[in-house]
Amino acid sequence: MTRRYSALSLLKEGLSGQKGWQPAWDDRPLKPRYDVVIIGGGGQGLATAYYLAKTHGITNVAVIEKGWLGGGNTGRNTTVVRSNYFFPESVRLYDLSLKLYEKLSIELNYNIMLSQRGMVSLAHTPAEMEMSARVVNAMQINGTDAELLDADGVRQRLPIHHGGPDARYPALGGIWQGRAGTARHDAVAWGYARAASKLGVDIIQQCEVEDFLIEGGRCRGLRTSRGEVRADRVGMAVAGHSSVLATKAGFRLPVTSYALQACVSEPVKPILDTVVLSPGTGTYASQSDKGEIVIGGALDRVPSYGQRGNLPVLETVIAGLLEMFPAFRQLKLMRQWAGIVDVVPDSSPILGESPLPGLFLNGGWGTGGFKAIPAGGTLLAHLLATGQHHDISRPFDLDRFTTGRLIDEAAGSGIAH
Amino acid sequence: MQIFSCPFCGPRPETEFHFGGEAGNDRPHGGASVPAQDWAAYLHLRHNPKGAAREIWMHTTCLEVFVMERDTLSMRAEPGQALGGHA
Ligand SMILES: Cc1cc2nc3c(=O)[nH]c(=O)nc-3n(C[C@H](O)[C@H](O)[C@H](O)COP(=O)(O)OP(=O)(O)OC[C@H]3O[C@@H](n4cnc5c(N)ncnc54)[C@H](O)[C@@H]3O)c2cc1C
Ligand SMILES: [Zn+2]
Repeated sequence: MTRRYSALSLLKEGLSGQKGWQPAWDDRPLKPRYDVVIIGGGGQGLATAYYLAKTHGITNVAVIEKGWLGGGNTGRNTTVVRSNYFFPESVRLYDLSLKLYEKLSIELNYNIMLSQRGMVSLAHTPAEMEMSARVVNAMQINGTDAELLDADGVRQRLPIHHGGPDARYPALGGIWQGRAGTARHDAVAWGYARAASKLGVDIIQQCEVEDFLIEGGRCRGLRTSRGEVRADRVGMAVAGHSSVLATKAGFRLPVTSYALQACVSEPVKPILDTVVLSPGTGTYASQSDKGEIVIGGALDRVPSYGQRGNLPVLETVIAGLLEMFPAFRQLKLMRQWAGIVDVVPDSSPILGESPLPGLFLNGGWGTGGFKAIPAGGTLLAHLLATGQHHDISRPFDLDRFTTGRLIDEAAGSGIAH
Repeated sequence: MQIFSCPFCGPRPETEFHFGGEAGNDRPHGGASVPAQDWAAYLHLRHNPKGAAREIWMHTTCLEVFVMERDTLSMRAEPGQALGGHA
């Protein structure tokens, strides 16, 4: 029976015909009641369950997922992790996440393939160069690593970038964050699921939450496609479906759902060893361990729950990429897909108790919540365990839309993922 | 490329249109006497329906604003209707 992953267990299993491996998590039936139930088996929901068990000792927990683990945005995202945000509140959140990611493979005993290969955000115009300097200053003041690159610095890090005198998008410089990089998306979901299951959390797949059990104005549980389940507290991490569930719970959210698409090329030999983002062309790319160029860009402009992208945005993304990297013109695209993301007016997440007491929210991550999975899980677990905000989550409460204390990262750092 | 239909110009490519918000989200009257909650609801809270939606769109080439009924899951869009004074 092999449960722990190590070089030794790999060797032992190799010699004994790979017969002793255990399923990574147990398939258990839904019990009628739990201390905490979490809706959504993406990275955010699974991380929440893990930290509830690990940090707070609350193990009578279920994660309820309508499809399969990580089949939402967690398994569809382009896996960029970074903390190059503008506002102190955001840097505290995303830097906590990056720090947790840095230790995660060891903590979970699961290789999440974190590759801190660094990220360049290109500046193509003098105005973008000034904005880059401003963001770098803000990041340094907020205590995270950031460096302002000049044109030479970009050339050194991105020799394949076409920045010559005839270039349409020359790079005058850019923002460098060396600790940024990528991680394996499925592994993050599966690693948290396996570790949570081991601590006693029930992971229930193929079970859709259909409604809330509301008694005395409080959320007391859920009605699911597999029957009712009761819980003292309920957490919700359903990304693009936040409004659908909020409607059932009787409130509205400051969320509009859009499709965000991505695509990958055929695999090629190593050619791009950093993550590159060009806010000006609305394109970003990295090369996966398999050799594929992973390409993403901006949101589709039409609100949507249809999990597929539209052509105009794909065209813009690819056109920008090929202008900057003419070598990629030979590549063939293998796959294109989209996920439904929950976009909030200030491009910052929503964390906190919902207008329905007993129901706690983790959502509004929009285009960038993969990098935030360890932090989002930590913070929702704290809320569910204590009923109170963590210092890092408090600024992200829903009340900011009434008080006007928005954390406008779209304006601050011009975020994309 | 999806085709949307402007009530004034007819069928045009989606890139000529701009999403203007949910229809029926009326601005509260009363200025400073309107409670913060009502302003917040008007400015930020959305139904964001999965399926049938009634939305305000602008055709950015003729600059007309109109109502469009759309299904946000199938992406089927009905021809736009001119605003009859009230959304
Ligand atoms: C194309 C694309 C590229 C992206 N790139 C990046 C990136 O590079 N970096 C980054 O940081 N972020 C990126 N993101 C965003 C990131 O993927 C998400 O913010 C993040 O995965 C959100 O995690 P989650 O667990 O909240 O959501 P999800 O993984 O979507 O999980 C939510 C789960 O809830 C389930 N669910 C919904 N309704 C119900 C119900 N009624 N009952 C039960 N279960 C339900 C869904 O099936 C789903 O599995 C990208 C997103 C997309 C689509
Ligand atoms: Zn028109």
